[in-house]
Amino acid sequence: MLWMGGVYLGSLATLLLNSFFYLDGFTGLVVRRFTLSTYQQLFTPSNMDIVFRTAGMALAVTLATIILAFPLSYYMSRYASKRQKGLLYLAVLLPLWSSYLVRVYAWKLILAKEGILSWFISHAGAQGLLDALLSNPVIGGSSLSLSPIGIFVVFTYVWLPYMILPIHAALERVPRSLLEASSDLGAKPLQTAWNVILPLSFPGVVAGSIFTFSLTLGDFIVPSVLGNSSFFIGQVVLSHQGTSGNIPLAAAFTMIPIVIMIVYLLIARKLGAFEAL
Amino acid sequence: MSEFVIELVDVVKRFATPEGNEVTAVDHVSLQIRHGEFFSLLGPSGCGKTTSLRMIAGFEWPTSGEVLIDGKPMGRTPPFWRPVNTVFQSYALFQHMTVFQNVAFGLEMDKTPASEIKHRVGEALEMVKLSGMERRKPRQLSGGQQQRVALARALVKRPKVLLLDEPLGALDLKLRREMQIELKTLQEQVGITFIYVTHDQEEALTMSDRITVMNRGKALQTGSPVEIYERPNCRFVADFIGQANFFAGKMLAFDDQGARVAIPALQTELIGQPVGNLEPGQAVAVSIRPEKVRIAQEPAFGSNSVRGRVIHTTYIGSNTHVLLELAGGVRINAWEQNKISTLDPKAYFLPGQEIWANLFPENVLILPED
Ligand SMILES: Nc1ncnc2c1ncn2[C@@H]1O[C@H](COP(=O)(O)OP(=O)(O)OP(=O)(O)O)[C@@H](O)[C@H]1O
Ligand SMILES: [Mg+2]
Repeated sequence: MLWMGGVYLGSLATLLLNSFFYLDGFTGLVVRRFTLSTYQQLFTPSNMDIVFRTAGMALAVTLATIILAFPLSYYMSRYASKRQKGLLYLAVLLPLWSSYLVRVYAWKLILAKEGILSWFISHAGAQGLLDALLSNPVIGGSSLSLSPIGIFVVFTYVWLPYMILPIHAALERVPRSLLEASSDLGAKPLQTAWNVILPLSFPGVVAGSIFTFSLTLGDFIVPSVLGNSSFFIGQVVLSHQGTSGNIPLAAAFTMIPIVIMIVYLLIARKLGAFEAL
Repeated sequence: MSEFVIELVDVVKRFATPEGNEVTAVDHVSLQIRHGEFFSLLGPSGCGKTTSLRMIAGFEWPTSGEVLIDGKPMGRTPPFWRPVNTVFQSYALFQHMTVFQNVAFGLEMDKTPASEIKHRVGEALEMVKLSGMERRKPRQLSGGQQQRVALARALVKRPKVLLLDEPLGALDLKLRREMQIELKTLQEQVGITFIYVTHDQEEALTMSDRITVMNRGKALQTGSPVEIYERPNCRFVADFIGQANFFAGKMLAFDDQGARVAIPALQTELIGQPVGNLEPGQAVAVSIRPEKVRIAQEPAFGSNSVRGRVIHTTYIGSNTHVLLELAGGVRINAWEQNKISTLDPKAYFLPGQEIWANLFPENVLILPED
């Protein structure tokens, strides 16, 4: 455990250190001297675009998974019979057993121009709506499988279990006596859900969103399989430290998700998400 | 307004257990509880007290029979529409809310104006002596204080009836005694009907106006503490409330002092008070409480007097507990009050001493054998 922590913190420190070096444009070598010029480079408009695009996607995916996961977890913990619960659990966990790459490519086929989803949409008579969405310059693209919408759908799908499991665990931990007390004091079911269940399962939502947020921020596979020419942080890091050998800039880029997550955790703590742990 | 604030009419509650059996938690129980009463449900663990209370609160519905609140049949009315509130044994406080928010919760659900909420919560917290703790979270309070929050949270709604399920169960003995007195005072002050579940007979006797003793889902006897203690209607109640000596006997005949029973173990007859419908020839349990056995050197006039011997004595300050062996080897407990201050050991009886046990007919109860 300690050893793993050491390796982890060590590599983080190295990253931080590297982000203060810079790449010599002529020689293509990393100059090991303290400078802020790499960060200057990072804060150029085109790079900031990438940052905002990635963070926006992470936020959208997180919200979508919360909206999808909450009702399902709620049903699982309150209404499902033992058997149903087992089946639902299996259904949530099963996708995690198959390779993530396989699932991403499967979705590319589903979303492709000649894919089953497009076929379904055009037969449902919603082709116009799809075209309108795809022609939107921000979220659109040439087809579902090559657009931010596609990326969003696939991210939401692959990270959904990471949201369901912690929310479900949190809901299971809400004692029945609290729900009874709420009802006894005059709260109708929706009032109980809003005033008692939701706040008490908030730590689960935070835990889940830490997963979905950081996984989306760091992922480079989904955007490169389904994306168009607009890059995400993960892709940039990959290309800078790989092809162009600009380790300092790659490191600086990596600092962004880390900083975002730290800020996020601080806010969550401020809101009292960890008090119930 | 109906005469009774709560009525249970022939209520039955059955549960399906996970093992596939059926348990009858409440078995044809009928109760009538008056306005402003401190009413206790008393009985051993598993006798159905909590289940009865939960049916009044609306967390469970009777399998058959009916619960009436203020004369209105409740049917499947959910808890949030019933004019009763519960103090849970586990307190069930909302951990994510402050003391103020916990107490205000019920009023907020009713959409009470904020200014009135502030006023009433302040009043309720004052009543349970928690003023100044409004901004604490439940986890920052002691067990006794949490108990008071739970009480304030329920009382602030001014329910017709307050349901309390072993509310003092988790407190230590000293705090328990204090809270008993406080609860009783509070109940008299607010005038709300309390239905109080406990398995502690002393607690029930000291606090209640009336008590129902339950066993195995059945309501055995309902009455004032004096009635329950002095005239238990069956062997179980006599045994569960306080202590009692029992002899197995057979009903012989009624006479002007009560009834005569044959006690084969003592090879004698006793005269006592029959309780309930007894017929000559019937098997009965004859009971007398230890403090009502009089030890003397002589048989007393007008008493059932039985020869015996002191086996063992225990001096406990106010009383001396004496274990006696009567004819036929039957052992009974007798408690003698230490009314005279002396160091003479003979005043507290000596093992081996030959005595008479005087069992006065008015103290001897003849109960149907369960
Ligand atoms: N939800 C349930 N499912 C199955 N059986 C139950 C359920 N609730 C109660 N019982 C059974 O009903 C009987 C009465 O339970 P209840 O909780 O009313 O007892 P109690 O008098 O409150 O006991 P205690 O003093 O231990 O709290 C017990 O045998 C219990 O096992
Ligand atoms: Mg109980």
